[in-house]
Amino acid sequence: MDGNVEDFTETARSKQAQNMPEMTKVECRNIDVFYGEKQAIFDISLDIPDRAVTAFIGPSGCGKSTFLRCINRMNDTIESARVTGQIFMDGADINDHSIDPVLLRSRVGMVFQKPNPFPKSIYDNIAYGPRIHGLASGKQELDEVVESALRKAGLWEEVKDRLLAPGTGLSGGQQQRLCIARAIAVSPEVILMDEPCSALDPIATARIEELIDELRERYCIVIVTHSMQQAARVSQKTAFFHLGKLVEYGDTERIFTNPEDSRTQDYITGRFG
Amino acid sequence: MLETFGHLPIAWLLFAVLAAAGFVSFYAGRTQAVAVGSGTTERLNSQPNYHGYFVAMVTVGPAAIILLLYGLFGESLVRAQLASELPQRIRDLGALELGQYIDRIVEHVARRDSVATGNALFDAASDRYTNLLGFSRIIALVLAIAAAGTGFYFARRRLSLNFRARARVEDGIKFMLFLCAAIAILTTIGIVGSLFFEALRFFSRVPVHEFVFGTEWNAQTGADFGAIPLFFGTFMIAFLAMLVAAPIGLLSAIYLSEYASPRFRSIVKPVLELLAGIPTVVYGFFALQFVAPLVRSAANGFNALPFIPDGFLAAQPTSALAAGLVMGIMIIPFVSSLSDDVINAVPQTLRDGAYAMGATRSETVKQVVMPAALPGVIAALLLAVSRAIGETMIVVMAAGQRAQITPDPTADLTTITVQIVALLTGDTEFDNAKTLSAFALGFVLFIVTLIFNLIALRVVQKYREKYE
Repeated sequence: MDGNVEDFTETARSKQAQNMPEMTKVECRNIDVFYGEKQAIFDISLDIPDRAVTAFIGPSGCGKSTFLRCINRMNDTIESARVTGQIFMDGADINDHSIDPVLLRSRVGMVFQKPNPFPKSIYDNIAYGPRIHGLASGKQELDEVVESALRKAGLWEEVKDRLLAPGTGLSGGQQQRLCIARAIAVSPEVILMDEPCSALDPIATARIEELIDELRERYCIVIVTHSMQQAARVSQKTAFFHLGKLVEYGDTERIFTNPEDSRTQDYITGRFG
Repeated sequence: MLETFGHLPIAWLLFAVLAAAGFVSFYAGRTQAVAVGSGTTERLNSQPNYHGYFVAMVTVGPAAIILLLYGLFGESLVRAQLASELPQRIRDLGALELGQYIDRIVEHVARRDSVATGNALFDAASDRYTNLLGFSRIIALVLAIAAAGTGFYFARRRLSLNFRARARVEDGIKFMLFLCAAIAILTTIGIVGSLFFEALRFFSRVPVHEFVFGTEWNAQTGADFGAIPLFFGTFMIAFLAMLVAAPIGLLSAIYLSEYASPRFRSIVKPVLELLAGIPTVVYGFFALQFVAPLVRSAANGFNALPFIPDGFLAAQPTSALAAGLVMGIMIIPFVSSLSDDVINAVPQTLRDGAYAMGATRSETVKQVVMPAALPGVIAALLLAVSRAIGETMIVVMAAGQRAQITPDPTADLTTITVQIVALLTGDTEFDNAKTLSAFALGFVLFIVTLIFNLIALRVVQKYREKYE
């Protein structure tokens, strides 16, 4: 537990020191998404900064999850979904024919709404990604990758004695941290989180939020959330979606204190949504 | 009078009377409830219809039970009474002959245009049987009417504003449903019991160890009752069938649930399940006409290869392989349909998780979906095995009759089910080891499939993943 506290204070310090110029990690240009005939996303363009947390907020069905799933091309797995527009990651178009979506997803990790550990041991859950992508040669290296991912996810101390126990046997909050560790294990550059705390109690939520704050130093994180407080607590940038359109996007502090659009104002003050 | 009742087609008559009584008592109850509620239903605890149902239930229910019991046991009582009245010399014939004598009487009486045979004893006994039957029917009828009347009277006395007819009707329905479930279970127990006791009779003639460990089977001559060749044939054919059905069924289930477009799936899945609807005798034709000759010529071709000794494969006109192949095709839908359901039940979030880790579709299936679906898949396979072991028609037609132990799949083998059919078809008497051995085989077959089903159930329960 000591280690965690230290990590946390360190994060707080670096938070204050964070004044370096913003690097754009993902550029989205004119994205439209259709489910069959129905259009779910209308012409969205936005730049997501590296080493920062960007929050997508908005009422249910506004397309924020759909937009999130464009970034690792998860919409490809849905038969009826069609995406147009361009997304650049470090300047390269991810929808280009030369890009293998399977490899893209190893660079863009994802954490889902409901914890979804595989029906395997804790160890095998973490080792899954490194194994299929050949990231570790030999058992010892794999052990190191697993330990480091679990440490980064703040789960190591809790599970180090039962790495071979099934991942499904953990508590909800631990399962979600296991899923985050699983995503981290393949050393992604971007981590997408789709309402990662919606199935968790307040304590587990606080733990995950701390973790997100720690991970911000190394990764570009995009989080979809229904909780305005969560967006305000963890993110540096906030995008407000409404009816498939991007209404407003900017620094979190400004969005929450001085929104330009009246719809944003109404939503964050709880007048609709 | 007694004679008339002894001849009536009474079952239909009773059914009509019971139905009529049900309607009458329903309307009586409803009308009374409306009257109690002085024309409105607001103050009644239960709606008038429920009062009607209640009265009908209490009127018809006990009467129906009495008649049902009479239907089940009435005739045996009458026969027992008749038997006790027959002269001593007939009763001394022994249980079997006595039973057959009474059977002849019953048959004679049942024929409407029957005339006296001239045999005084037989004719007298026939008349006595008719009278006894009529008498018993009158008693049953009187009892039933009395029960119905009493029920009707007391049910109507209970109707009041606060009477909770709805709850009583609910109890009645619950009891009826319980009865139906109990009938299914009792029937199963009955089947097992009859198998068991006949099997015991067999084992009193042939020692158990000879049956279970013997390697010679010549039941038709009544000489050898070693069941091992039959078990061997049964499991050999079931194994061959599973070699076909397990991979094809499982892989087609994976294709249908993970790869196929919804349109393709909506067409192919019903077609695949159609296979399960084809009568097994049709599969038998297919095996006999098409597959068995094919197997034979293939085996002959193999024998003709260089370095293969002549007659290496038996290449019989009917063979274990022919029966096994076709049986495998028959049980494909059992495997694929159940596995498909199980695979579909694996939560989509697990697949998403694997895709998001950068897994390909086949990696996802192999490493995430299948491990999650495994218990269900194993259960599906075990159910298919027990289906293959119990399958009869295909093996009767295409597997042959020879009881032998050979690893050669092109030889003809025989199975437990084939032997049961061979032993029990045609004119048989249930008093010799030959026919009784069929019951012993049936009993063992039942035990084996029961064990497979129990294991399947246990596997499912034990390893069922708990997805919240």
